[in-house]
Amino acid sequence: MNPHKIVKMANQIAAHFATEPVRAEAVAGVASHLKRFWEPRLRRELLARFDQAGAEGLHELVVAALQQHRGELEPARQ
Amino acid sequence: MYSNKVPDLGTPARCGAQLVTLEIDGRAVTVPAGTSVLRAAAEAGVRVPKLCATDSLDAFGSCRLCLVEVDGRKGTPASCTTPCEPGMKVKTQTPQLAKLRRSVMELYISDHPLDCLTCPANGNCELQDMAGVVGLREVRYGFQGENHFAAAKDRSNPYFTFDPSKCIVCSRCVRACEDIQGTFALTVQGRGFGSTIAAGPTDFLHSECVSCGACVQACPTATLMENSIAEQGQPDHAVVTTCAYCGVGCSFRAEMKGNVVVRMVPDKDGKANHGHSCVKGRFAWGYATHPDRVTRPRIRARITDPWREVSWEEALTYAAGEIRRIQAKYGRGAVGGITSSRCTNEETYLVQKLVRAAFGNNNVDTCARVCHSPTGYGLKATLGESAGTQDFDSVELCDCVIVIGANPTDGHPVFGSRLKQRLREGCGLIVIDPRRIDLVRTPHIQADYHLQLRPGANVAVMNALAHVIVTEGLEAKDFIAERCEAAAYDKWRAFIADARNSPEALEAHTGVPAVQIRGAARRFAAAKNGAIYYGLGVTEHAQGSTGVMTIANLAMLTGNVGRPGVGVNPLRGQNNVQGSCDMGSFPHELPGYRHVGDPAVRELFTAAWGVPIDPEPGLRIPNMFDAAIAGSFKALYVQGEDIAQSDPDTQHVQQALGSLECLIVQDIFVNETAKYAHVLLPGSSFLEKDGTFTNAERRISRVRQVMPPLAGLADWEVTIAFAKALGHPMPYDHPSQIMAEIARLTPTFAGVSYERLDQLGSIQWPCNDAAPEGTPHMHVDHFVRGKGKFHLTEFLPTPERTTPKFPLILTTGRILSQYNVGAQTRRTANTAWHAADVLEIHAHDAENRGIVTGDLVSLQSRKGLTTLRAVVSDRMQPGVVYTTFHHPESGANVVTTENSDWATNCPEYKITAVQVSRVVADKSEWQRRFDAFARTQRELSPGGDPVAKNPPPAS
Repeated sequence: MNPHKIVKMANQIAAHFATEPVRAEAVAGVASHLKRFWEPRLRRELLARFDQAGAEGLHELVVAALQQHRGELEPARQ
Repeated sequence: MYSNKVPDLGTPARCGAQLVTLEIDGRAVTVPAGTSVLRAAAEAGVRVPKLCATDSLDAFGSCRLCLVEVDGRKGTPASCTTPCEPGMKVKTQTPQLAKLRRSVMELYISDHPLDCLTCPANGNCELQDMAGVVGLREVRYGFQGENHFAAAKDRSNPYFTFDPSKCIVCSRCVRACEDIQGTFALTVQGRGFGSTIAAGPTDFLHSECVSCGACVQACPTATLMENSIAEQGQPDHAVVTTCAYCGVGCSFRAEMKGNVVVRMVPDKDGKANHGHSCVKGRFAWGYATHPDRVTRPRIRARITDPWREVSWEEALTYAAGEIRRIQAKYGRGAVGGITSSRCTNEETYLVQKLVRAAFGNNNVDTCARVCHSPTGYGLKATLGESAGTQDFDSVELCDCVIVIGANPTDGHPVFGSRLKQRLREGCGLIVIDPRRIDLVRTPHIQADYHLQLRPGANVAVMNALAHVIVTEGLEAKDFIAERCEAAAYDKWRAFIADARNSPEALEAHTGVPAVQIRGAARRFAAAKNGAIYYGLGVTEHAQGSTGVMTIANLAMLTGNVGRPGVGVNPLRGQNNVQGSCDMGSFPHELPGYRHVGDPAVRELFTAAWGVPIDPEPGLRIPNMFDAAIAGSFKALYVQGEDIAQSDPDTQHVQQALGSLECLIVQDIFVNETAKYAHVLLPGSSFLEKDGTFTNAERRISRVRQVMPPLAGLADWEVTIAFAKALGHPMPYDHPSQIMAEIARLTPTFAGVSYERLDQLGSIQWPCNDAAPEGTPHMHVDHFVRGKGKFHLTEFLPTPERTTPKFPLILTTGRILSQYNVGAQTRRTANTAWHAADVLEIHAHDAENRGIVTGDLVSLQSRKGLTTLRAVVSDRMQPGVVYTTFHHPESGANVVTTENSDWATNCPEYKITAVQVSRVVADKSEWQRRFDAFARTQRELSPGGDPVAKNPPPAS
């Protein structure tokens, strides 16, 4: 998968939730969206990108979602 | 004309609680007040002769054939224009009436050619019937007098002929054009004996006529007659079925001679269309028997190999073998499928079942991904159900309508006509669109507001409208308090009332003067019944889902949900796009919009299908392309969807398709996607199978087989055979059994069955014990999710930016005569109206570039370049150009980008930064490669396929 596109898509999701005044809800919103709509390959790619390159280029809500909700977002290995 | 086997009651039905009882020929008759004597008589089984009256049009009272006598009244009034009154005593048959009617007929026939035996209307002619009914035996005036026998026929329209020599000037065609279609293309020109019907100062084809056929249907003689009837004669039987074009889902009578369709006539009992149609549904069905149809399965190992025609068994065994080989090598998730919004509910259900049960993953998606997936997301989040809230009839009670990002008179023409009827009655209209669509100014209609926003500013405009309503205290406070989540509303209210959402603050983004937005907001908030209709101009944006939520927010804010005349109304694109979504075609949802992550839902389907369901969402179409290019996705089964033409960034799609080891395409034609296929399975048209379609108003209607499948198997049978080859048998003998399974597993379909559909004609889901006859209006007492939920909808400009190199915005759309990728309509005479895609450009932008109408221009974006002809148009605003994607060689999607909606990945077709230049070379590099590849693929086909490009029309 194209990591640049994965980052762009994740940041778009975060930008939508950024208006949410309660930060925990915004972070949970991003995590839930990734969990509910992203196929494991996409989530795996995003997590790998985060593990390798850190927060650079990622919306801070994406970073928070990956940090705080990693357990839910980590797909089971097939 | 309509088949004379179907009763015509003369004038439209009146409804109302007040009843009137009168006596007709000694029989007591009770009808609603306002009913004409002609209709009351017909309902009582008394046949009064008539010519200018028909029950689809208001009475006109011109032919003087339906005269009656009424006790106590002088003269012989026309029964069509005489309303029933209590105690009235009517006689329809007296010697005087008989004499008068014969005299009237004598006059008509004295100027009518007596060629009945060779006339195309022979066997279905109201004039001929009435001559018989009144007992006409002679024409005392003779036939030597002045007449119209030599009047020339107008054959300009490819589907019907106008023969003025047979015209009785009853005005039914003119009234149909005005009252039903709302185009006002026809008129009665001249006076007295010189009166003739005219399509303006030109012929039919070049007039404003949109070829909807309402005039042909209304004509009581052979004056306006389908060419297919003239060529083939009258039908011997009719089958009621559902149109396979747009999401209006018109009901049609397929009038047949044996297995041959003679004509398609919109069904008067059809609840979506009430007897009306458009040029596509009524006339453009010839593609079904076009010589380009694929009728034998084909396989090949590589796309550079010649196709080999094989048996069904060999093709499906090969396909199944490839799927299993690829899964063994690359993993279970390396394969997937795409269901078709042109196929039936039963067929889409089977394809998603095949993917989930036989492939063993959730990699199934559908073309709604690229059109209305944001509707699914946005409406589920706010209202609780991924569907429109109303029926089409609801529009009759609207007081103010917002049309945003939709062009109903082109995209959903039959609904467009219904809307225009209501607008002519005085309903307010607010159009929000970057283009001046027809609705903005059309005969007897002028929009109150046309908010001609910049492309990409929907959310800003909708937020600004809501801001005005909230800050001026115009919201529906009681509705919000009673029906909506208080905490979410309070949060949203604080957000929307912020000054950043004011029309003034957003003016720089919207391009719409704040004063117009304030006026429109007040107009909509003041309406007793306000409805919002929207289309792909809302969804196909980076903020598509946010746009849908702004619509739901506005509807809740103004209390416009939960009753007739209001609501959130997505105009769905394809015939069964609602149905394909309902049937579980999305990779995260099982049938009935239930998430695959829900263990209880998975358990239900696991028990029914005998296999575990993957709890993780699957790949969406754009993800499939990316995964294919990345090497983890290797095989795809595509039923009736031309992703190579319809999806954005064509070269990216082509690269993805070229990366697959096995592409299985099931289609009626060798479409653009099939050129990359390894297995080609012949599809079947809607005429060749049984099933159901679900239209934009959630209406499930029967599709009935009228001819056998050309290739021997209907699409549902192909999927069953494919499943069997994969080792997952699906034991169904008929689509009704598939629907029974859907009903058993899907609560919103629990009450749906073929028997019930036959009884009721059609059913709007939810249909269950609580609503055994279906649900015309949703969210009546409470929202499906309980309380309505306002969502925060911050406006975020699209990432696609104009620059000096790409200074213009391209937006794409569709037109009336062509449908989607054009695979069907390009193979009909509809090409008479749209033989090629063109680029609409504002005069200012054209002049700057030295472009005049007809010039060949290049259209270049960051993604690609194509060429097409320019049309200078004042519909556009400066800085914005527009084209359609109906012809593959135009390459509209060569220039569109990979940008997509944040929530659903629905592509942002509506915004691409481009440059337009006048060119001398006739084709771009991409178009030259397209031509060469198309030529190679034709050469690789058995016997060489006919050129699949604007061939001669088949009907």
